[in-house]
Order: sequence, then structure tokens, then C-alpha cells
Amino acid sequence: MKNNIYIYIAIMTAVTYGIRVIPLTLIRKPITSKFIKSFLYYVPYVTLAVMTFPAIMDATQSPIAGLVALILGIGAAWLGAGLLPVSVICCITVFALEWFLL
Amino acid sequence: MNKKQQFIQGFQHGIPIGLGYFAVAFSLGVAAKHAGLNAFQGFLASILNNASAGEYAGFTVIAAHASYFEMAIIILVTNARYMLMSCALSQHLPPTLSLGHRLLIGHFVTDEIFGITIARPGTLNPYYTYGAAIFASPAWAIGTALGIMAGNLLPLRVVSALSVALFGMFLAVFIPPCKHNPVIAGCVISGFGLSYLMQHLGKWYPFFGTISGGTKTIILTVLISALAAVFFPISEKE
Repeated sequence: MKNNIYIYIAIMTAVTYGIRVIPLTLIRKPITSKFIKSFLYYVPYVTLAVMTFPAIMDATQSPIAGLVALILGIGAAWLGAGLLPVSVICCITVFALEWFLL
Repeated sequence: MNKKQQFIQGFQHGIPIGLGYFAVAFSLGVAAKHAGLNAFQGFLASILNNASAGEYAGFTVIAAHASYFEMAIIILVTNARYMLMSCALSQHLPPTLSLGHRLLIGHFVTDEIFGITIARPGTLNPYYTYGAAIFASPAWAIGTALGIMAGNLLPLRVVSALSVALFGMFLAVFIPPCKHNPVIAGCVISGFGLSYLMQHLGKWYPFFGTISGGTKTIILTVLISALAAVFFPISEKE
């Protein structure tokens, strides 16, 4: 079955907007459950980590280039580089390595 | 500061964010194209969602022709952090702020715009957020559309290099907190390990092979975050 891309986009939009706007409009008091607060606190880091590895090795033509980009990107982020510099470092790493590997 | 000054200051702070968005959105466009979206659909998805990881996860769902239900769940999980940010932001809004402003600010809760707005002293003037978003949000959407269009024209090795830009941005978000918080570092390392393990189990056991990338993300996120929340609940100041 081939699903409709516009329906997919509508679902993405509705869920994303709901997530953002419900707390801003309805929840006027802080959340008190320690478990829910802790759970929500850890979720973004875990999600991003799970989506990054091993997917970064499948995104590039050479898995090794993806792996090295991951390692150098982690190093750069660890040393305090921002969003754009870390992205650029990862891209250059892949470009340079694949130049030799492929 | 009046509305106009707030707006101008927000606009100035939004320029570097927009430039970063543009570059990363370009690589998101490559993923969108892979999922079968055209430039208009990519533009639409980005202007309506303003979400890097969520959109990326959504495009993998589209690429897999997975169910609408799976789409809703994966977006809920990958964007769950925005709920936390909105909860935090709700504490910084003037209590009298109208519903209309609340509905509009909500659309622009992204990692970066949240980051600069929450750092404002006192209560938030919504015009600061609008100023930041008026450049950053279109830059994100146009970058996505250009990524879809130019993905065709660029050599394969350039597309391959650009496809890691998005992962670079993810790293810039989740690596710095690992330095100061060993629990987050543990979460990230288990995330990497279990994600790798689950992908490879699929090669050995057919049962795991039927689990899509999106479902894997949901299962591992809920599992690891819940365990971390039980064993390492955050203290009040966090």
C-alpha cells in the first residue's frame, strides 16, 4: 500500500504542533512527577544517540568515512564546537576520506 | 524595550541560527528526496514542523512506507523534548499573555530558538521569538527544498559528504552535556550500543529484521530513558 505524502506531513505537523503548544496553553503549573520529569529530561539525548549510530555509517558511501566523521564530530563537540562547525567538520571528513577510499 | 526593539534583537540573534539551519536543512533535503518528497513537499514539511530530528525520523517513516500510526508515534517520541522545553518556557511567559501569542510561540519551539529565548532575563516578550523565527524558519524550509533540488545536480561524493551534516548537528546537541553528566554519557553509550546491536540482530534473527528504524528508535528511547529516570532521577535544579 502506498501512503499519501501529504497525509504523512499532516500527521507530522499535527503531532509536532500539539507537543509544543499543549504545555504552553494548558499546563500552567510545573510538572511534579519526578519520574516524568526525569524521563523527559533524558529522552532527547537518547533519541538523538540512537538515531545517529549506526545510521551515520549507512548514510555515506563508505561506512568507514561515516565512522571517522562520527569520531571527529564527537571530538569537536566535546571541545565545545557549535552546531555549524561540528556539521562542517563531519562533512569535510567524509569528503576527504572518500576521495582516497573510493 | 518595546516590541520593535525586541523584534530587532530577536532578528539579530536569529541570523547565525538561520545560517546553521540552512546548511543542515540542505542535508535533511537529501534525506527527504531519498524518501520520495519533491521540493514543495520538503518545503511544506519544514515550514510546518521546524524540527530536525523529528523531520528526519518522519522521512525515514515515509521512505519505509510505514503506517500513519507509526508516523504519529515516532514523531511523538523524537519531538518529546519539545514538550519539556514548552513546559519550561510556559514558566517564563507573562501570565496574562494571550492565547494567540501562546499558539504562535509554540510553533517556534526548536532546540536553538528555545535556547536563546530561555536565556532572556525576566519574562519573555513574544516579539523577540518572532524576530528570531522570521529569518531562521524560512532558512530551514528553503534549505530543505534546495537540498531536494540540488541533490540531483551534485556529484555523488558531495551528497555523501553533506548527508552527515545532520548527524553533526545531533552530535553538537547531545555530546556537550555528556562532559558534565555521567548519566547522559551512559545513556548515549547504551543508545549507540543497543542501536548497533538491534540493527545487527536483524541480520541473524528474522524477527528483529522486521523492526523498522523508527520502531527501533521508539523502543530504545523509551527503554533507556525510563531506566535512567528510575535509577537516576534528576534533582530539582535540573
